[in-house]
Amino acid sequence: MALPKHTELHYRIWHYFYLFICGSVFFFLIAPLFVIFPLSFNAEEFLSFSDGMKSLDPDAFSLRWYKDMIYGTKNPWGLAAKNSFIIAIFATIGSVLLGTVAALGLSSRHMPYKGIIMAVLISPMIVPLIISGVAIFFFMAKAGLAATHTGIVLAHIILGTPFVVITVTATLSGFDHSVTRAAASLGSNPVNTFMKITLPLILPGVISGGLFAFVTSFDEVVVVLFLAGLENTTIPIQMWTGLREQLSPTILAVATCLIILSTLILVTAELLRRRSERLRGINR
Amino acid sequence: MSSETQKILTTDGIPLEVSLKKAERRNKIKAFLLVAPLLLFLIITYVFPIGDMLLRSIDDKMVTEMLPKTFKAMEKWDGKELPEEEVFEAFYLDFRKLVDEKREGKLSTQLNYTKNGFKSIIKKLRRKSKNFEEGNYKEQIMSVHKRWANIEYWQAIKRRAPAITGQKYLKGMDMYQNESGEIVSVAEDRRIHRILWLRTLEIAFFVTLFCFLMAYPIAHLLATLPMKYSNLLMICVLLPFWTSLLVRTASWMILLQQQGVVNDFFVGIGLVADDARPEMMYNKTGTYVAMTQILLPFMVLPLYSVMKTISPSLMRAGKSLGGTPIVAFWKVYFPLTIPGIGAGCLLCFILAIGYYITPALVGGASGTLISNQIAFHMKSTLDWSFASAMGLMLLTGVLAIYWVYNKLVGIDNIKLG
Repeated sequence: MALPKHTELHYRIWHYFYLFICGSVFFFLIAPLFVIFPLSFNAEEFLSFSDGMKSLDPDAFSLRWYKDMIYGTKNPWGLAAKNSFIIAIFATIGSVLLGTVAALGLSSRHMPYKGIIMAVLISPMIVPLIISGVAIFFFMAKAGLAATHTGIVLAHIILGTPFVVITVTATLSGFDHSVTRAAASLGSNPVNTFMKITLPLILPGVISGGLFAFVTSFDEVVVVLFLAGLENTTIPIQMWTGLREQLSPTILAVATCLIILSTLILVTAELLRRRSERLRGINR
Repeated sequence: MSSETQKILTTDGIPLEVSLKKAERRNKIKAFLLVAPLLLFLIITYVFPIGDMLLRSIDDKMVTEMLPKTFKAMEKWDGKELPEEEVFEAFYLDFRKLVDEKREGKLSTQLNYTKNGFKSIIKKLRRKSKNFEEGNYKEQIMSVHKRWANIEYWQAIKRRAPAITGQKYLKGMDMYQNESGEIVSVAEDRRIHRILWLRTLEIAFFVTLFCFLMAYPIAHLLATLPMKYSNLLMICVLLPFWTSLLVRTASWMILLQQQGVVNDFFVGIGLVADDARPEMMYNKTGTYVAMTQILLPFMVLPLYSVMKTISPSLMRAGKSLGGTPIVAFWKVYFPLTIPGIGAGCLLCFILAIGYYITPALVGGASGTLISNQIAFHMKSTLDWSFASAMGLMLLTGVLAIYWVYNKLVGIDNIKLG
């Protein structure tokens, strides 16, 4: 944003002040994430930068906390990671199936009581998690599903579907319905039309909804805190326990891995969003 | 010729109007059937359990069921003087039954909620009542302990007669029903819940305000920069958005601790002395800083999506019509961003008001919110009906805000990423 030459001095000052403010806010947003990264390679047991690290002494850095994360004795992270992935994958599949089908119905112009139904469907996103946690716990306890994987997966489907419903309805809002009519007039049955025509076109929306559902489940701790037993511990639960009891550098190693994972998810989500925008551009 | 003969018929001979209506209905059912699985799933696993919370929060059947004869006998009692012999007899019979079933402990816990002092006298009554003789139970019970001859305790029992109660809600607002049935506040130094409600509102309000003040300039920058730069900067907003909440909280714990990076920096530039490092975590400061950073993306994204649609030529037009940049901004640009501001602020506020994890980790005692209290009663005191009542009070507040949000912006306009 170069300023034109004739800009008066006080606007020039104002402009640089504005850029400075923006820079500070961006720093505030992103810098905390980068503190974790170097500290996770700390050779010592402290959570602050040692003098060796400040002078970039190679001996001050080590992979010991990563080793501890993977091979450590009585290591909870392996089980937690396994549980987290299993739960998140099943929760994502469930959310995507239920959410996509519901979004198809919701974006039909024949849908009755659209407003109120939409409100119910996305309510798990609006209601504070602590309340959802209490309510879901009561249900799972009655259904005998507390402290089971099934219970947690169901809970995460509840929390994940709103994201799928929202992203897929958004994608469908730019959807040209004449292509499905064309398919029908050419003799395709509704299921075939959906698989061959509709689904490929809304796939970016479905996948990005799925990503939201995956992240929601993978990162969820409040509801799991009520539901999980010792066997169902997940990565967020382990981190929560670790952060409450004592902050060990192993947690930072795990956190670094999580940041890398979220970077991958971010890149995927961005690529999908652009593809979806391009496709919608063609439709117009 | 009447109009009936003019009716258009389909090939099957059915009037077109009827046939159309039928098709419409079929489409409606089809659309509804697609939504039905999710709707049903959510109603069973989510909406009903929230209703269950409501029932639990007002449920007071326990004592009603434990002392059926007593409450029946008490119906005639006016509560002004000590009850008659028949009430004492009924109470004795109910009580013996409870002792036989080993449930008198539960009764004492429940009655103790209503009035302190029941625990010891019920224990004493259990011991003495084994040797009670038949008849004249009033004398015998009253001789066990002087509190049994105190009318206040009998009034307290009578207050537990109804099967539903609003007392958990009163407790959530630091109020209770006294002996004569009036609703009064608890003593000043015991009003913990009011402090928490106010603090929750205060923190949610200020976090929203800070988020707005920080998000507005960067959303503006993102919306006005050329694509290739703004995409790069957008990562700074989206990466925290996609990163685990616990990771972000952990990084704030490292930054804000006494030997942490921020304190090191302050000492380094000579702002504070090395031995007087300020406590920035386990108090309100920690909660404010961490929550603002965590909720900031939720403010930036709606603002950005609104600002993106404002044509830059509007500002140029404003300036060319003689406005200074400030006037042009205030009269042209700012009003156009109000939908985004509304969406961002309400989203932030709703999220902040129900925050649990971050305050619990960095908030300490002075930075915890109402959610922490709910979790505490769910997990530690196991007073689930009280947790439910507090949860529903919070939910009512959130739904009110949500309703405003819907009126102002519309639910369909929620944008993600």
